[in-house]
Amino acid sequence: MPGGGGELQVVGRPLPKVDAVAKVTGRTVYADDVVLPRTLHCKLLRSPHPHARVLAIDADGARRLPGVHAVITGADLPVAYGILPVTQDEHALEPSKVRFVGDPVAAVAAVDEETAQAALDHIVVEYEVLGPVMSIEAALRAPVDEPIQDYGGPANIHKLVGLEFGDVDEGFARAEVVREDLFFYEGNTHLPIEQHASTAAAVDGRVTLWSSTQTPHYVHRALSRVLGLPMAQIRVIATPHGGGFGGKSDPFAHEIVVCKLAMMTGRPVRCTLTREEVFYAHRGRHPVLMSVRLGATRDGAITALHMRTALDGGAYGSYGVASTFYTGALQTTTYAIPAYRFEGCRVFTNKAPCGPKRGHGTPQPRFALELALDKLAEDLGMDPVSLRQRNFTRPFTRTVNWLRITSCGLEECTRRVVEASSYHTRPRRPGHGMGFAVSSYLSGAGTAIYWNRMPHSECQVTIDRGGVTVFSGATDIGQGSDSVLATIVAEELGLQPGAIRLVTADTDLTPVDLGSYSSRVTFMAGNAVLQAARRARALLVEAVAAAMGCAPQEVVVAQGRVGDRSFEAAAALAEERLGVVSASGSYTPPDLTGPYKGAGVGPSPAYSYSAAVVEVEADPRTGVVAVQRVWLAHDVGRAINPQLVVGQVEGGVYMALGEALLEEQVYRKGLHKWPSMLEYKSLTALDMPPIETFLVETLDPEGPYGAKEAGQGPLLPVVPALASAVHDALGVWVDEVPVTPEKVLRALTDRARGGAGRVGPRTFPAIPYPACIKVAPPDAATATV
Amino acid sequence: MVNETATAGEVRVVRLRVNGELRSALAPVHATLLEVLREQLGLTGTKHGCELGECGACTVLVDGRPQLSCLALPVQVEGREITTIEGMAVGPDLHPLQRSFVETGAVQCGYCTPGMLLTAAALLEEQPHPSRAEVEAALAGNLCRCTGYVKIVDAVLLAADRAGTGRMPDGPVDGAGA
Repeated sequence: MPGGGGELQVVGRPLPKVDAVAKVTGRTVYADDVVLPRTLHCKLLRSPHPHARVLAIDADGARRLPGVHAVITGADLPVAYGILPVTQDEHALEPSKVRFVGDPVAAVAAVDEETAQAALDHIVVEYEVLGPVMSIEAALRAPVDEPIQDYGGPANIHKLVGLEFGDVDEGFARAEVVREDLFFYEGNTHLPIEQHASTAAAVDGRVTLWSSTQTPHYVHRALSRVLGLPMAQIRVIATPHGGGFGGKSDPFAHEIVVCKLAMMTGRPVRCTLTREEVFYAHRGRHPVLMSVRLGATRDGAITALHMRTALDGGAYGSYGVASTFYTGALQTTTYAIPAYRFEGCRVFTNKAPCGPKRGHGTPQPRFALELALDKLAEDLGMDPVSLRQRNFTRPFTRTVNWLRITSCGLEECTRRVVEASSYHTRPRRPGHGMGFAVSSYLSGAGTAIYWNRMPHSECQVTIDRGGVTVFSGATDIGQGSDSVLATIVAEELGLQPGAIRLVTADTDLTPVDLGSYSSRVTFMAGNAVLQAARRARALLVEAVAAAMGCAPQEVVVAQGRVGDRSFEAAAALAEERLGVVSASGSYTPPDLTGPYKGAGVGPSPAYSYSAAVVEVEADPRTGVVAVQRVWLAHDVGRAINPQLVVGQVEGGVYMALGEALLEEQVYRKGLHKWPSMLEYKSLTALDMPPIETFLVETLDPEGPYGAKEAGQGPLLPVVPALASAVHDALGVWVDEVPVTPEKVLRALTDRARGGAGRVGPRTFPAIPYPACIKVAPPDAATATV
Repeated sequence: MVNETATAGEVRVVRLRVNGELRSALAPVHATLLEVLREQLGLTGTKHGCELGECGACTVLVDGRPQLSCLALPVQVEGREITTIEGMAVGPDLHPLQRSFVETGAVQCGYCTPGMLLTAAALLEEQPHPSRAEVEAALAGNLCRCTGYVKIVDAVLLAADRAGTGRMPDGPVDGAGA
């Protein structure tokens, strides 16, 4: 078991990030700051139509322009790719069909950006315009012209899922209260402040790509496939990141195109997306329509849950198959539901493709489930907190869908926020309200994107007379993963984090790490560097013990010393004995998949837990909801660096409030309605309420020093807690995200006219879900782990 | 052979006073201050998130006042004092705001940070003891997606508090590598 031993020296301390000084002085080199001599600039020609066949492309006019070095089209990059092996449905430049406004069809490399931009006007594309499909309902109907993709179906359905765990009919039959509610969660986007940027250089058959990517390993694989080069001839360097949130986790067209253009021209080629293009790159939150049917006994024990989801996937697969499963996977990690049926559907529409955004596929069903529980509590005349507590998942159990729960701080998180907010003694006056919700998230996906038996994180630690260096493929996207890795190695070697040199996210130099997604870095890369650091320490200790003439276990490593000598002297001694002191470390999650198809999505070596109370003032005249305060408790297992964890909580609360109140990626007549930062509203410093954060440490048995994730989980409970608070304040339900003033007023009007006082979807479309795969729940012998 | 002449057209000599140094560059007439700083003068510490005046990432100081460099033409600021993030620290000594940003954890991805720091520096120059609400108002034009602004506002207030009390810690920032 990791952890243990003596008192921790640097783990658990709120130390500044190891890269903070470089960032505050403007010294950090982000992707668009990479400057290479003779760099050409690339621009992509994107489709003006949401759905059209590409009949012909004439690029001769562009090629003749002075300053233009190369123009390429789909014919130059014919190999399809995609992040998931089952959906290799993208082309860097679409050769025969465009599927959303912004789909790229051609690319130019020219001496400067203006020339490249001007050249785009000289490319003539002949389109045959097809009828666009712009909603879930439209995607379920027979296509007017042809389906968007040539796989999936019927109609524009991409993926259908049906799973049933336990006897759901029996669960509803023995329920004393059953209710069904419909919810809708609008799509929204990551909006990183840094626009995506890439630079490629090709020399002697080898290509190097510098890019703002969260997943250099997956980009490496995609480049190898599309460019037809062995991976050994491609180097991907993930530059320090100006914000990801999931939006830089796919291989992107511009990344492939700059490599191809660099190979063709013999010069470095750069592409930086405009802000408008960032909205088209997207891969953000899926719009999801949901039905939640809950059965419970009079005393509040849940007897069955039937959840149906319909995801608007946009034009391509992206992570969508995983997103679909995620809308059904994690309901059971917070509540011990004895019987559970999940039916999921993802459709293709002519919009920018959706993918993973902070919480990947789980904020939507979490919003729906938590509000459904509030309504159930009302039916039962129960306190919504007590209803949830009645059903909380217990530590070290297995869920009905076979997920293994280890450490679980739900009770403690709940107690902290309920007490601090005085939730149960809150003032009850019109316009003032509080809402409560809980959630759970993965500490890394238990399975890789592509099936293999290899470790998910690999790393190396070397020590010589010059110091300690960590080589890790993990990518710091601002969350502080470099600092976490440095802290773990420093702890094991008795040093300060600032003394550890880091080489990260460079496929030529660093062993494979799957990337910064699914909240996996602290847990997985952290465990890998912990193993490597302990192995390296053992080599130092052995050398010093031999010199001291004592047993290795008598050698203390702490405070910059190893036994009777300084760290530097110990390193030199070990180097005399061994040459370079080098140790590798790796982490492979245990196989936690249940015995059914689709069990690959949901398992994680550990789950984080969060609880939130949101307090609002809601104005019945204007519908404006002003958030007064948020209390958020997060079970992070152990905070390797509490300052960074609190930062993740605050950022998660911020992003959640934006989604809950105003962020939406929506379309009008086939066009993105507001592809600009001015019109796509996000919260400013003026809009943020105070946040009270509580870190709960449950010391997970498998996390490094007991640590679990913090980057995504804290977003999840805030959205439903806000909608619940609006109900508490005004007595109306807005069962739809975002909760805009207009919707609040509509709900109030509905109530004034004698309606239910609700805004939200009224019908759920007929979806040809397949017959559910029936899965027996784990038996009593395996239900406790 | 490809003709190396771009279609960009007319260029002119730009003379700017940046971080106390006189700098000159040859730039297209329509190049923005942002582009000249980053591409001609190599001052890539100034960031960009939209190039449309919407996000605040490209903020620099012109005669001590925040200005969006993506909306300014060099000709508008010739002869005036321009401060970029590279000019904020004095030699190796961090500006008090830079130090407080590092210490409070106000930096996550760091992309909005240069614009935030310069905007905050202008605020403290004008109002050395701002209230929390005044700091929030001053920073409302600078978008950040990582922090929820909480620690950024904390950092500005910490720097103001230290300046007011004369409490300024000595020595390197604890634990931070450069």
